Amino acid sequence: MRQRLRVNPIACEAHGICAELLPERISLDEWGYPVIDGQPLTGELLAHAQRAARACPTFALLVELRRD
Amino acid sequence: MSFDDEPSSPRATPPTAALPRLLAGIPAHGALSLREHLALHGELPTFAARRRHGAAELIERIELAGLRGRGGGSFPTGAKLRAVAGARGRPIVLVNGAEGEPASFKDRALLQSLPHLVLDGAELAARAVGTEEVVFGVCETATGALRALSDALAERAHRRRGAARLRLTKVPNRYVAGQESALVSHVNGGPAVPTFTPPLPFERGVRNRPTLVLNVETLAHIALIARHGPRWFRELGIASQPGSSLVTLSGAGLADPGVYEIELGSPLSALIDAAGGLAGSPRALLLGGYAGAWVDGSLLGEVSLSNEQLAPYGASLGAGVILLLSAQACPVAELTRLTRWLAAQSARQCGPCLFGLDAIANTVERLTMGTAGADAQRRLTALSALVRGRGACSHPDGAARLLDSALAVFAEELEDHGRHGPCAGCERSSELPRPHSSSAGQSSERRARKLVSVR
Repeated sequence: MRQRLRVNPIACEAHGICAELLPERISLDEWGYPVIDGQPLTGELLAHAQRAARACPTFALLVELRRD
Repeated sequence: MSFDDEPSSPRATPPTAALPRLLAGIPAHGALSLREHLALHGELPTFAARRRHGAAELIERIELAGLRGRGGGSFPTGAKLRAVAGARGRPIVLVNGAEGEPASFKDRALLQSLPHLVLDGAELAARAVGTEEVVFGVCETATGALRALSDALAERAHRRRGAARLRLTKVPNRYVAGQESALVSHVNGGPAVPTFTPPLPFERGVRNRPTLVLNVETLAHIALIARHGPRWFRELGIASQPGSSLVTLSGAGLADPGVYEIELGSPLSALIDAAGGLAGSPRALLLGGYAGAWVDGSLLGEVSLSNEQLAPYGASLGAGVILLLSAQACPVAELTRLTRWLAAQSARQCGPCLFGLDAIANTVERLTMGTAGADAQRRLTALSALVRGRGACSHPDGAARLLDSALAVFAEELEDHGRHGPCAGCERSSELPRPHSSSAGQSSERRARKLVSVR
């Protein structure tokens, strides 16, 4: 079981805060929506990811526990 | 009663492994009545006497048969039944007759002509998961199907006690309305658009209850597997996709387009022959649906109809759509129409789908006009990769699949349009079936009449 990022694309409104807080895993597409690198979150990246999820104004960024 | 491989109820005709199966007894006009249906197929096995045990046996039977969903996803039906039967709470069965795919008529045809086969399947599915409640969702434009289904429900109203309670609801005519979570949302009183998952419908669906969503054709197969058993079912088809399947065949130059029952794994050429043959080779085949894949027409002779056999061509059977594009048509013009239509069918909920499919349609349009610049094809490849997997449903993935296959199969024509703009063929009217509409109901009903079987 690893922690991974996922976006709720219906809730996402392209604020882009997540990409600023976690550039290691999140970039923005040409319309400003997050493109997620699905690599597992390890070490301090996990803390950054959780902070990014909390900072999302629409709660569209999810840190999920998923089976590999 | 026991529920082994031997049918336990009287049957007017012995089960034969050959085709037609679903389409046996299909009437030339109107629907097969309940009496005619029972005379043909026999009573439904009443294995609900020892309910829990009986239900488990039906699920096992469907698992052994290897039945896969016929709505396009090809998910193992037995696994779906088991998941819903094992979920917490009282389940509900939701029958998917939305058929928003413009080139598909098979679910309409089945409901319109043989509603009792589908109703049998719905009752069986309800018993298998331990519920009496069934909701039918049928496309609002499928007027013939809606009429036949409500007549059939009235015919069955006075039948034995304990039968399932069936309710009929009209589904808005839009492409994504047939997506499972969209159908659930519609039945729950919300808009008929996909929702973010999980929870999946089998966990929490209609009124938050575990919901078994099955396509109408899948139910018709269940009705026959319950009667004749898994061994009989597997006498047709291939190991990875047993049984027969309904397909909708269309295309310019075909004498008899329409809905056919085929053996899974049978050659496409046999189906074309049954439809009156084809003079010359088509430019391309569109397989699966509007979000399916293009295959070069020169491969017609080697293509067989199963997901396993279509995989090397990057295609799948999807909901059974087979469309032939003639050599006279302009594939680039058709692609322009398709990508524009797919963009318009976005539920406009997810940014990458809303903006991405629009960007794809715009780029294809400019490419057709010869104004897109030299790197248009590269731009399209990038857009396709960019939208994949980024919607709440698989609509953008389907559009990307269609686009990628077109970029490969029509590379030459795309290159030519990119340089020189529209060709002579661009002026021709589209060979693609028009999207379903109530006013077109008449013509779609006529087309659905063509029901032949191909082994």
